[in-house]
Amino acid sequence: MKLRSKDLLGLYDTTAEEIKLILDSASTMKQLLAQNAKKMPHLQGKSIVALFYEDSTRTRLSFELAAKFLGATFSNLGVSSSSVKKGETLLDTGKTIAAMETDVIIIRHPLGGAPKFLADNFPGSVINAGDGMHEHPTQALLDMFTMRERFGRLEDLKVSIIGDIYHSRVARSNVWGLTKMGAHVTLCGPQTLMPAAIEQMGVNVTCNLEHALRDADVVMGLRIQREMLQGVFLSTLREYHRYFGIHEDSIRLCKKDVLIMHPGPVNRGVELSSAVVDADNSVINEQVTNGVAVRMALLYLLTRKDDKR
Amino acid sequence: MKIIISGGMLANPAGEKRGRQDLLIEDGVIKAIGQNLGDADKVIDAAGKTVFPGFIDLHCHLREPGQEHKEDIASGTRAAAKGGFTAVCCMPNTTPPVDNAAVCALVLEKARRASVKVYPVGAATRGLEGRELTEMGELAEMGCVAFSDDGKPIADGGMMRAAMWYAATFGRFIMAHEEDTSISGSGVMNEGYHSTVLGLPGISRVAEEAMIARDLLLAEAENLHVHIQHVSTAGGVRMIRDAKARGVKVTCETAPHYFSLDDSACI
Repeated sequence: MKLRSKDLLGLYDTTAEEIKLILDSASTMKQLLAQNAKKMPHLQGKSIVALFYEDSTRTRLSFELAAKFLGATFSNLGVSSSSVKKGETLLDTGKTIAAMETDVIIIRHPLGGAPKFLADNFPGSVINAGDGMHEHPTQALLDMFTMRERFGRLEDLKVSIIGDIYHSRVARSNVWGLTKMGAHVTLCGPQTLMPAAIEQMGVNVTCNLEHALRDADVVMGLRIQREMLQGVFLSTLREYHRYFGIHEDSIRLCKKDVLIMHPGPVNRGVELSSAVVDADNSVINEQVTNGVAVRMALLYLLTRKDDKR
Repeated sequence: MKIIISGGMLANPAGEKRGRQDLLIEDGVIKAIGQNLGDADKVIDAAGKTVFPGFIDLHCHLREPGQEHKEDIASGTRAAAKGGFTAVCCMPNTTPPVDNAAVCALVLEKARRASVKVYPVGAATRGLEGRELTEMGELAEMGCVAFSDDGKPIADGGMMRAAMWYAATFGRFIMAHEEDTSISGSGVMNEGYHSTVLGLPGISRVAEEAMIARDLLLAEAENLHVHIQHVSTAGGVRMIRDAKARGVKVTCETAPHYFSLDDSACI
């Protein structure tokens, strides 16, 4: 089986079979990583460019490591030191990168839809590494990989995502992916951070944290961007933590073997208490490890030639 | 120069069909409607077609001066002519805006060589900033047919009221871009399921409807004409209809995409 599209723009248009293929392939990659032989030939001769219009630590680094572990040539186009600063359009930047025989562009952009626009104008593969409030598909894939690894399945898991849903591309991608894989998703946060008609995406919506936590298999906190939200979408961070912060006591409402997740970076004491971040059932660091495996799998699947039969 | 348009279905300005008849035009003036209208220098065969009077576009942007990379008076009026429009009203949000006699004179000068008749709409407030009224008397005398801060709302209710009264002084009225920008914020599309899926900031219909409500109340209370621009919400249409039924002096316009598409077209 192959991925249908040359690109990965979002999980909205990725099928359950494709998600399973990526997760299965990531399992193989993770085994290879664990063997401590971090150099494989799958992507030898491929050229991959990261084009990040927003800051990133883990996403960009894990794409870079994934590409290099598989033998690709990887280049970072620093947007702040490139012609983008001189007003070059995304279209022209894309054409320039294409002219250098690039196979894959990994793009992060503050505007939703920018990766799609690039993909329509670039013959190689485009991977969306986060676009505005739209999607962040590789984050959701690594989240699902982490859950599946722990529970052996995604079907019928109760996954509660808590925090700033409105601005979150991670939430949107997770909702599409998890619901396609048969999980039950509950979104929880203040009404000011809940986007319009989100329940039509096939999720439960609540402003009551207890309802969200009760019997949850997975609890995922989303980052609160203090500067942007305070006073407009929220009152004080103190009050946010009181009603939506996850701490040791509230975690007891969840299933016993609940997984605590967060896409990072965490505001300790806001989304999650410090004790919860460091608890045994917190897999925040494992998410990072899995991010490399998932991105290796994806790069491999998008660039491999047709199976010869 | 005699032109006959023959065999077409004639429609009057209200769009009512008046039967299949010939039309005789002499030196740009309609001279006769009927059958067997004699010889002409040019005969246009309109069999199987409908013949309308020239359309008038109440709301266009010719972008000159200052934004010629988007459009200019020559290109915009050529497009109008090609689409069956014989006159257009152009909005004042140019760079600089049409908020004084000098800029208005420039537009009128260019319009002399345009493909269709151009009726400029003047700015209601200086710099479209919603703080000080423009010299509407002088602008009206030069040919401005109405006043608008189009592209932006007149956010301040007191300023809107003053602009409506001041325009009325010179036999003109305000065309209003209805948007409460404190509600629409950075929105780029209708708020709902589709804006949520696309992760694009949505605009609540209330951003438009709240301002329409205010201006209908002003028009009613002051007994003044207000024209509501590019209505995009059903609630807006409902309020305008109700106001008309009460005798409020209100007119409005909309744009094709507002009644032929909905936000699902964005996906």
